[in-house]
Amino acid sequence: MAQLIKNKSVTVDSWKTLELAEGEAAEGIALPEGDVIFPLSVWQARRTEIISTHKRIGLLLKGYDRVEDVAGDLEYFIVIAIDFPKFVDGRGYSTASLLRQRYKFQGELRAVGDVLHDQLFYMRRVGFDSYALKDGKNALIAIDKGFSTFGEAYQTATDQPIPHFRRRA
Amino acid sequence: MYHYDSIDRQLVRERAAQFRDQVGRWKSGELTNDEFRPLRLQNGLYVQRHAPMLRIAVPYGMLSATQLRKLAFIARTYDRGYGHFTTRHNMQFNWPRIEDCPDILDHLAEVEMHGIQTSGNCIRNVTTDQFAGVAADEVIDPRPLAEILRQWSTFHPEFAFLPRKFKIAISGTREDRAVTWFHDIGLHLQEQNGEFGKTIGFRVIVGGGLGRTPIRGQIVREFLPWQHILTYSEAILRVYNRFGRRDNAYKARIKILVQALGVEEFARQVEEEWAYLKDGSATLTQAEYDRVAHHFVAPAYETLTDGALPADQAFARWVERNTHPHKVAGYTAVTLSLKQHGVAPGDISAEQMDLVADLADQYSFGELRISHEQNVILADVKKSDLYDVWQKAKAAGLATPNIGLLTGIICCPGGDFCDLANAKSIPIANAIQARFDDLDYLFDIGEIDLNISGCMNACGHHHVGHIGVLGVDKNDAEFYQVTLGGRQGNEARLGKVIGPSFAADEMPDVVDKIIKVYIENRHPDERFLDTFDRIGIDPFKNRVYEGRAHGKARVAQKEAA
Repeated sequence: MAQLIKNKSVTVDSWKTLELAEGEAAEGIALPEGDVIFPLSVWQARRTEIISTHKRIGLLLKGYDRVEDVAGDLEYFIVIAIDFPKFVDGRGYSTASLLRQRYKFQGELRAVGDVLHDQLFYMRRVGFDSYALKDGKNALIAIDKGFSTFGEAYQTATDQPIPHFRRRA
Repeated sequence: MYHYDSIDRQLVRERAAQFRDQVGRWKSGELTNDEFRPLRLQNGLYVQRHAPMLRIAVPYGMLSATQLRKLAFIARTYDRGYGHFTTRHNMQFNWPRIEDCPDILDHLAEVEMHGIQTSGNCIRNVTTDQFAGVAADEVIDPRPLAEILRQWSTFHPEFAFLPRKFKIAISGTREDRAVTWFHDIGLHLQEQNGEFGKTIGFRVIVGGGLGRTPIRGQIVREFLPWQHILTYSEAILRVYNRFGRRDNAYKARIKILVQALGVEEFARQVEEEWAYLKDGSATLTQAEYDRVAHHFVAPAYETLTDGALPADQAFARWVERNTHPHKVAGYTAVTLSLKQHGVAPGDISAEQMDLVADLADQYSFGELRISHEQNVILADVKKSDLYDVWQKAKAAGLATPNIGLLTGIICCPGGDFCDLANAKSIPIANAIQARFDDLDYLFDIGEIDLNISGCMNACGHHHVGHIGVLGVDKNDAEFYQVTLGGRQGNEARLGKVIGPSFAADEMPDVVDKIIKVYIENRHPDERFLDTFDRIGIDPFKNRVYEGRAHGKARVAQKEAA
């Protein structure tokens, strides 16, 4: 189990993620009850049904999933999880930036997958606010040191829309 | 040159502290090797054949005498008394211990230096023309915008884990000296006359690169006013970060994405992305440009006239090859050759570093540059001081008059040091230098670029050498493939392979034959490249392979011997 870091502490995760097994179709899969994070394909195939049966809805974006394809639905999601299949796969940083900066997503933005201490600073900057730290890693040290690596930044990002050069005295 | 202010200093110190912490967690086993690897690479630390290699950034090639003395100190204290200048404005140390690297980064931070993003799949060191700010053919000094790009790209949170490395080059001269056609983004500064008078901007070239799949870049935008450079770069990087291939490292560079989409479609996607970012807060301000540009104002030049130089043939040769026209009368830019025959091209000893720092202090306003041709430049030398500079440089082995000549070879570290290499490159360079050690002959041959890379990653830029040499591995033996006719500059293009590859000991003869064909066929005033363009590749090919057994015949010949 990953350790969910939120508001600088390890918290209990009320969400479960629906995984499509290989060969399993979004159309036929049983929708679990409770707080569920749905893969994009399931959301797209079962949108109306999910809205009528679930109060709290989450979305999982993976790999080349395009934010644009779900941009009109963002109001339905309490949480959007963005998958990092490997920590060196940086697509999720652009996905998060787009969700926050362009589509003004206000809900929880969660990093899942290969989430490690040394990427937390960048993840926070692009707009993540919860982090499913990989199992076996020291969450307390990560919380203590991972978010405050640098005290300033040159460029704009979700956490700082004004570049440093415009903030000079 | 640019001097750090509080944020710049804070960030390099915090970076050094972060790396110390990472090394500690790696040693304790908390970080696995696979987890540590990209982190150390983004600080320029490789684990190589014999020892780690630390790559230090020299942003857009500018270095102060103080910084060079610090590099000399590091070479003496943590390495074996020398360093190596690369083809991308970096210095590499080949023998540090990993455990010492946090201390080295602390020493570097003291003099406003670092190894940030000198490797890894991120935005690398921005490179430019070594004569920036002083070249007679300069339209716009590229350094202020290069520094602005350096700051913007440093720890950019969205682009730290790209599909592959990403290199930006910027040029502000009529003749491109920054290989901008072969970078992920190449920027040509230019002026445009429009409705509101003169506007400064860039031609934006994307998707060039050497390496395994050499491709000349394509123009994505003919003119982009300078204020938009950061937002436009973000648009390019975002399209690449989202849609560049991640399934195959050899197909992950932006050039492959541009080829796959076609330049029109790629440009359309960039423009669509840019529409959201354009005129946003990351748009540059005149105030910021002026603040940074203020660091690059011309030094206090004296009003001089060009006097006569001492009549000394050896000195005159050096002046002819190793000085470059300066925009201020009475001054010249001096190239100190790191291509002394028999020494690894680009290598510089700690003693030489100290001497060069002294020369910079005494004769060139305390500043120097390094070039992508792996030499050191004193950019602002009075012509009346040239003779003194020459004598001192000569005594230190830094005055070989071979800039632009056959033995001024551009060469990667190759199989002697680099883990990626298929073949050694330094011994080939040295063997060719030994064959052409006669200065009269070297001057008679004239201008020619010889580039050697030890593998298809092309750190020695062999594709754009007039003569290019590429080390290849054939059945665990080292062989060398030769290309002809490549070139950098405005008419940049890739060389053509002349035929089957050669063994190491054949290489001096091969180059000798190529040169002989040129000498026999040249018209007066024709450089090697001119003759090559006129007569084509066949005469060279025929001579090099004349009487040479191939394939099975060659194997039989070898077995008989």
